[in-house]
Amino acid sequence: MASITYDKACCVYPGADKLAVDSLDLDINDGEFVVLVGPSGSGKSTALRMLAGLEEIDSGQIRIGGENMVGVPPKDRDIAMVFQNYALYPNKTVGENMGFALKMRGIPLDERKRKVAEAAKLLDLTDFLDRKPAKLSGGQRQRVAMGRAIVREPRVFCMDEPLSNLDAKLRVQTRTQIAALQRRLGTTTVYVTHDQVEAMTMGDRVAVLKNGVLQQFSSPTELYDRPVNAFVAGFIGSPGMNLFTAPVSDGEITVSGARVDLDAESQAALRRSGLSSVTVGIRPEHLALADDGTGIDAEVALLEELGSETYIYANLADPSVRNLDAEPMVMVARSSERSPAKRGEGIRLKQADRAVHLFHAETGERLV
Amino acid sequence: MTTDTRPTAPVETSPEGLSHTEIRRRRHPRQAALTVFTWILAIGFFFPVLWMVLTAFKQESDAATNPPTFVFTPTLQQFRDVFDAGIATPLLNSVFATVVSTILVLLLGVPAAFALSLRPVRKTRDALFFFISTKMLPIVAAIIPLYVIVGEIGMLDNIWTLVILYTAMNLPIAVWMMRSFFLEVPGELLEAASIDGASLWTSVREVILPLVSPGIAATALICVIFSWNEFFFAVNMTAVNAQTMPVFLTGFMSGQGLYWAQLSAASVLAALPVVICGWIAQNKLVRGLSFGAIK
Repeated sequence: MASITYDKACCVYPGADKLAVDSLDLDINDGEFVVLVGPSGSGKSTALRMLAGLEEIDSGQIRIGGENMVGVPPKDRDIAMVFQNYALYPNKTVGENMGFALKMRGIPLDERKRKVAEAAKLLDLTDFLDRKPAKLSGGQRQRVAMGRAIVREPRVFCMDEPLSNLDAKLRVQTRTQIAALQRRLGTTTVYVTHDQVEAMTMGDRVAVLKNGVLQQFSSPTELYDRPVNAFVAGFIGSPGMNLFTAPVSDGEITVSGARVDLDAESQAALRRSGLSSVTVGIRPEHLALADDGTGIDAEVALLEELGSETYIYANLADPSVRNLDAEPMVMVARSSERSPAKRGEGIRLKQADRAVHLFHAETGERLV
Repeated sequence: MTTDTRPTAPVETSPEGLSHTEIRRRRHPRQAALTVFTWILAIGFFFPVLWMVLTAFKQESDAATNPPTFVFTPTLQQFRDVFDAGIATPLLNSVFATVVSTILVLLLGVPAAFALSLRPVRKTRDALFFFISTKMLPIVAAIIPLYVIVGEIGMLDNIWTLVILYTAMNLPIAVWMMRSFFLEVPGELLEAASIDGASLWTSVREVILPLVSPGIAATALICVIFSWNEFFFAVNMTAVNAQTMPVFLTGFMSGQGLYWAQLSAASVLAALPVVICGWIAQNKLVRGLSFGAIK
């Protein structure tokens, strides 16, 4: 067990003109489950591979348990890694795969067998110990990869999108199993994913990266409730937050004639900023259908019926309202009703409450 | 990772009791024609070999008849004559040159291919092109300088000369072949092994080499075949001491005419080792040539 510190850690790929990971600062506590999340090319996998010793740390430091890892080869870092494609040794049986790291450490055969058997029991792999990986299903291979990691009782688990090769149902199941296993073992874990649902459900804390730069590092609920910038606001949550640019006049924001209702804190921040336009973010669950003729005029483009809830995708009648890519805005609203509207029907959207996020129109930084 | 665990389909039958294959055959007369054509082609290729083997067991008088005879009393006389003509030295020379050069090629080529695939170094493409470019020069163009050099250092008619030449000749092919096998190995396996605490040498030995062993077998077999059959270097660089099988065979085409039966017997003996090698390596070879299946 150990804490992990990224201290202005940088990585640049040979020939690339920009940093793959740019001055990353993270303080990960002993026993914590941290998720690195971001779109492809965000540097999340590189950051993990730097921790594992598979990529060079070009400047800065990464410390595990206080020890600087710069120049330390992977085998001397006392970490275990679960790869996206599992990277099981095809010529070895499940048992040999799991015991390989112990064998490399010179641990005697009977002790190795005992530890492998223990881990296999934990992961429900006891019946498969003599099989080759090729004879296993995707889910079983994933468990063998997990087993290979836990059997050696490392200081740190590194997991690089370990669930992305599983089907949807198995992914949800395994997600909870991994989280439970980590809590039970208490091993510090760094987990990389591009799936923000995985990030939200598994991590004690989540680090959001974009273009190699850390955007926000906080608890899942904090990320959801108080994103530090428009990128995090748009990235976390599914469907994403409604983000659009709106003009400010007299400390008030109006969208196609409807005034955006702000709480006192946001009002104060808006006034302090003195901006003439801001980026407004409203989550789908904070929008509702208005039946009193007020609200934003829109037309239903698409309905997503999920059974328990319905998402309404609506084109705004006012073409001047643009999203962050300067395209006409499509608002998403959540409704708990079945078929709250029909496709092509004209509706009015209003705020269900005052939960509105305001961001600087240019920098994207959160106001407040 | 993908595996081929497709169960073999049970033979389903149609209401008329015809199996699917039968129906397919009826539906596609063109397929039947293709099958016949394939057989003709295969027999066309195989017949000369069969004829050689048959001729090896004939008397010289039976072998020379025109039209050829199919009915004859088999004899081992030709094989006896071949052995009397001194096959032992060229056979041993061929075995030595082939085995030693193949071992050298593998010792040099496998690490080179590894470096050029799983652990690419700078100028990898240039290095690869250099290797293959050596095969672009016709050997005829190189033989005179080679002959002069070998003569100067007093290595003419020395089997080690052929060992070195065969190694150089096969090395580019081996590097290219092995590289394609190494490229099939996921790089993550090496990373996983290094995290598991294995040194580079251990991970190569424990993880990579078992995976590419079919490829090594296929490469070795190709080198064996090329070295065993090589004639041009052998005929120019050797005389008596270092003579190899292909050169020895030409001895049966004497000035007094061809000794068909004896030549056939010697050819059968010359072909046998390669056939045996191929047969032994068969399983590995098939796996080596359909490598993707192990991933």
